[in-house]
Amino acid sequence: MRDVAVIGIGCSKFGERWDTSFRELFVEAGTLAIEDAGIDGESIDALYVGNMSAGRFVEQEHIGALIADYAGLTRAGHTPATRVEAACASGGLAFRQAVLAVASGMEDIVVAAGVEKMTDAGDSTDVLAAAADREWEGFTGATFPGLYAMIATDYMHRYSLTREQLASVAVKNHYHGSMNPISQFQNEITIDTVLRSTLVADPLRLFDCSPVSDGSAAVVVAPLEMARDFTDAPVTVIGTAQASDTIALHDRRDISTLDASVAAGNRVFERARVDRKDVDLVEVHDCFTIAEICAVEDLGFVKKGEAGMLYEEGQTYIGGDLPVNTSGGLKACGHPVGATGLKQVWEVVTQLRGEAGKRQVDGAEIGMTQNVGGSGATVVCHLFRRV
Amino acid sequence: MTVARFWRKIPQRYNLIGTKCENCGTVFFPPRSLCPDCRRDGKIVDHHCSGRGKVVTYTVIRTASDQFSNLTPYVLAIIELEDGCRLTSQVICDPSEITFGMPVRSVFRVIAEDGPSGIIHYGTKFVPA
Ligand SMILES: [Zn+2]
Repeated sequence: MRDVAVIGIGCSKFGERWDTSFRELFVEAGTLAIEDAGIDGESIDALYVGNMSAGRFVEQEHIGALIADYAGLTRAGHTPATRVEAACASGGLAFRQAVLAVASGMEDIVVAAGVEKMTDAGDSTDVLAAAADREWEGFTGATFPGLYAMIATDYMHRYSLTREQLASVAVKNHYHGSMNPISQFQNEITIDTVLRSTLVADPLRLFDCSPVSDGSAAVVVAPLEMARDFTDAPVTVIGTAQASDTIALHDRRDISTLDASVAAGNRVFERARVDRKDVDLVEVHDCFTIAEICAVEDLGFVKKGEAGMLYEEGQTYIGGDLPVNTSGGLKACGHPVGATGLKQVWEVVTQLRGEAGKRQVDGAEIGMTQNVGGSGATVVCHLFRRV
Repeated sequence: MTVARFWRKIPQRYNLIGTKCENCGTVFFPPRSLCPDCRRDGKIVDHHCSGRGKVVTYTVIRTASDQFSNLTPYVLAIIELEDGCRLTSQVICDPSEITFGMPVRSVFRVIAEDGPSGIIHYGTKFVPA
């Protein structure tokens, strides 16, 4: 297997992009990534597109071809384009497919992209419920926030996590997001903002939940041995891992442990041969505040039940022991579902290149991403190192 | 949901008919046609679940999809049946009543309607036992 490096990244502005269509959104991030890599369209060997539900959100399927077409890749190269879907983990999975394609030697230059246009849909709550088990969860009236709320209820019953500690996840992510130009929300909030917001599914309130967003992100990968031809600051993918669990929350071994996250985390650290303590920053999947609490524990950064103190002490801020979600996370940066996994890669690479401006983690060398599909049925993890 | 999709699972939804692997004794509700532990060595037969169980975790849904928005706020829970399997269901009780380990029993109720002229979905909900 060949070593793989990231040679180009691009991310659109996340938010309610009323004036921008699905295909325009994609072209925005794709163009930025191609320019960043300094390549032309003809050198792209393959394209993987992460997208959860264009069929429901914008009534469009056959996304791979649509995107190849509007990215101008159907003239000379007739570049193969493949859509990848794993609900909210679609972006991370598209990136993994691109890494595997290059590592295997099948392809040299591959683009992984993610895109979601959510604001054109009427009932986005119902579309998102399809990330869980439609037949035996959705049918009974379970919403997606409702499932994470049941994780939060279980967690707070078994471990010491205060409502304030949980809220501090959102406060921290808004603070980080306020320093990220592409972030959907640019405002800081307080614990009170969270605690006074509307209840969505007890105990989760509106400010515990990531928003409905439009956005796209794209990343170009190539064999490490070729990377210096394109960039002075290649970032190596030192580990890729993926794991599955039951589609329904009720079938899990433990309600508030994402076993797929534990498995993917263990695998990626084993493969990359680095320790948890070597990680300078991590982008985790905070679709809800409780998801971030579970993530830092399930990935092994702290023991189960101990994340509350880590947040109370502020250790997950930039400058702390373990900066988490320096992009603003899904909560503040926004969560255009299929794009999120690639925005995480975009943020980690930006940090490892030292280009993160006000939100730069000093001397960052190793970064990690964790992208979750559904209530934990798919988890994709990657580790990166500055070359 | 189309009529066929709903009709297909009427025994399961109305009467909690799950399945059981005769090889290892595990009961599955929602039903499975393959035992995840025994796989091809498993022998799957129908199993009528008792309808009695206890609350494992819960929430109160305040914002629902369009189909359920007329019901809010409603209690949603994961329930462990006496048969050992777990399922997700609404519990008909005051949101302040729901607690961990609360004993519940199944009842037959309307779950949702496909608009004013569509089919009515019936199924199982739970009440405090
Ligand atoms: Zn069995």
